[in-house]
Amino acid sequence: MSKNSFSTDPARIRGRRRRWMGEVAWKYPLAVVLIAYAVFPLLYVVSASLNPRGSLAGSSALFSSWSVSNFQALSETSYWTWFLNTLIVSGSAAIGAVLMGAAAAYAFSRFRFKGRRFSLTSLLIVQMFPQTIAFVAVFLLLLSLGEVVPALGINSKLALICVYLGGALGANTFLMYGFFNSIPMEIDESAKIDGASHAQIFWKLIMPLVSPILAVVGLLAFISSFGDFILAKIVLVSEDNWTLAVGMYQWVSNQLTSRWGLFAAGVVLAAVPVLALFLALQRYIVGGLTAGSVKG
Amino acid sequence: MNGTSTPAATTPRPESHARNWRGTGLGFVVKLLLMGVVNAFGISVILSAWSAQSWVILGASVVLLAVANWVYFARRTVPLKYLLPGLVFLFVFQIFTLGYTGYVAFTNYGTGHAGSMQQAVDAALIQDERRLPGAADYPLAVVTQGDTVGFAINDDGVVKVGTSEQALAITEGATVSDAGLPVEVPGWTVVPRAELLTNTEMANTVTSMRVPVSAEASDGSVRTREGSKASIYSSRLTWDEQAQTLTNSETGTVYSATDRGNFVGDDGSTLPAGWYVNVGFDNFVRAVSDTSLAGPLLQVSWWTFAFALGSVVISFGVGLGFALIYNDERVKGRKLIRTLLILPYAFPAFMSALLWRGMLNPEFGIVNDLFFGGASIGWLQDPWLARGAVLFVNVWLSYPYWFLVCTGALQALPADTLEAATLDGAGKWRRFQSVVLPLLLVSTAPLAISSFAFSFNNFTIIYMLSEGGPFFAGNQARLGATDILISAIYKISGVSGGVADYGLASALSIVVFVIIGVISAVAFRQTRKLEEYQ
Repeated sequence: MSKNSFSTDPARIRGRRRRWMGEVAWKYPLAVVLIAYAVFPLLYVVSASLNPRGSLAGSSALFSSWSVSNFQALSETSYWTWFLNTLIVSGSAAIGAVLMGAAAAYAFSRFRFKGRRFSLTSLLIVQMFPQTIAFVAVFLLLLSLGEVVPALGINSKLALICVYLGGALGANTFLMYGFFNSIPMEIDESAKIDGASHAQIFWKLIMPLVSPILAVVGLLAFISSFGDFILAKIVLVSEDNWTLAVGMYQWVSNQLTSRWGLFAAGVVLAAVPVLALFLALQRYIVGGLTAGSVKG
Repeated sequence: MNGTSTPAATTPRPESHARNWRGTGLGFVVKLLLMGVVNAFGISVILSAWSAQSWVILGASVVLLAVANWVYFARRTVPLKYLLPGLVFLFVFQIFTLGYTGYVAFTNYGTGHAGSMQQAVDAALIQDERRLPGAADYPLAVVTQGDTVGFAINDDGVVKVGTSEQALAITEGATVSDAGLPVEVPGWTVVPRAELLTNTEMANTVTSMRVPVSAEASDGSVRTREGSKASIYSSRLTWDEQAQTLTNSETGTVYSATDRGNFVGDDGSTLPAGWYVNVGFDNFVRAVSDTSLAGPLLQVSWWTFAFALGSVVISFGVGLGFALIYNDERVKGRKLIRTLLILPYAFPAFMSALLWRGMLNPEFGIVNDLFFGGASIGWLQDPWLARGAVLFVNVWLSYPYWFLVCTGALQALPADTLEAATLDGAGKWRRFQSVVLPLLLVSTAPLAISSFAFSFNNFTIIYMLSEGGPFFAGNQARLGATDILISAIYKISGVSGGVADYGLASALSIVVFVIIGVISAVAFRQTRKLEEYQ
């Protein structure tokens, strides 16, 4: 459109400029304001993490000093233990969720069996009720499980992973089911004719083809257990077992003002990898989020 | 497979599977190994469930193990081979817990009502234990076995050893000193008396230790005050199982079991130990009629709806606004702007909430320092300011989601419809109001509903930012103005310490289930998801 109407007539140029001023130009200064709104807290936390005073009181002067003392001080706390715990718990939960979700999606997508529709519908209904509301029952269940199998009782990371895996099937099957359905059946059938077993088809043929959705589901599962507080707080009792969410909450709720520098440094270290991963996989995640609810 | 049948005469008879047998493949070996591990684990769980007398866990593990073996060794169960691992976790950790919540909601499970009646009787007997006048004394030695501390007593020349877990039992081959004190006990290390006097930690353990005389709580226990002499402590209460009463032999008070799970004496007093019983709809009734609960809970309920609705509507509005402004090809650097605008969403939510908590601190927070000239505004201290602050932070956290969703939806709008509207002379506002917005709402309504359900249960934001405060005056659970239902349930349940009321907490969870169920039903109808699979 604009190419065709290219003109040297000064009046028209003036008109075009006025229109540009009215419709486009104001969007730049506005963008600056909106971006300030969006990233101000993030800039602030970076600044606070670099502030050697380490308390909330002196943190308002943005980027007034640069020091890594807060980051160094983290090694004198349990921070890295929590960091490792978080990686273990969320990593295992993510891997488990991907494997179980993919297996279930494969079964629903490739086999026709009795009760298939019923199972799909029930899954759809069950996934509406998040586990977190049933946390009292989770707590009581782990109390009695712990009397029989101490490794699955309260204060065990393994128990927490199992609890997260309980929600894996409901949350991820549908996202994957849709993707699995988009892989043509003919591929399976030709492999079957060549003598491949169902396990070979699943591991060697389908899994590589669906790897994008595996990455998305893995990341979503990782982020959701990374950010979970209520279940982690209930299950993990001793400080050595805490995840970052539980530990950092304790820092802020107990000694908000004095441990602010430590907290800020911890936030920066933990959030940067998550931010980077999120932005790298942004397109898939947003696609996944919307597809999960719109198309099922 | 999918119904392409050719005339039987022309197709050769399919080859038997046996001819394809190429020996045991790697997959089979892996399966065998995994099933070996599963069986070993399952059997060890069954055995320990047997010894711990947990019949439900025993039954469940027998069933699960049998099903696992059947599924993985039968030929006809191929789909289940893929579904079972996920299903097991789903059943144990989600479906069971949902059902169990429903069960607990109708009991008075909680502090003071934590076990079975027998456990309550034992606890009552133990709580009442005291050294009876004229009780015999026994020479005693403190013994250890690793970290376990035990008592060795000399009962008329027979040495008996026990710990707080293990009742006293006769030990052969021990030697006693002239004073009668055990000096050598096989399998145990005798703690020298000098160490008891110097090691205060050990001394505290010893003086507070209770070693049962036998497995029956009514037989009492041995305790010591100074570490060289043990005395029998026994309860004044006697349990009459037939009459279901506990009788205090000293005062003569008779405590009888009530259907509320308590022992109530004929003088009106209640023993602290109770057991849990079915109380019907009591918990639900209490939530609306108990004056110290009903008021705060009503406040919490309306705020939960307001918070969830406000979060969705405001975030949607903000996100849509941003999307409309920056979904414009004439703006340069759109990609950069977009990336910066969605940063709050990529940032872990619990960290944002904690961060804002510091930023909103009245004395040192940067919000007051930088934007309000150092005023000391208690953002999280005043009920209405706190509600506003919680909403503000949640909008900051979640508008990027709507920004992304709306941008996607705007780009997917049919161009010809918009063009037709333009040709018909519709202005900008008219186009937005009559074409863009309705189309957008159709595609985002299901997301809005699930977003509402998510906010409804967004425990993390509330608890991390304000802990539900400022707290209402005079309620035991410390409910507050920004508490939503799930954080109120968390506080009432007492799972993090304090007075526990699992029954009431579960009853409130059931209420949340029902609300979520209704919302989901609406969502179902909206998206017609069910039809897609049927």
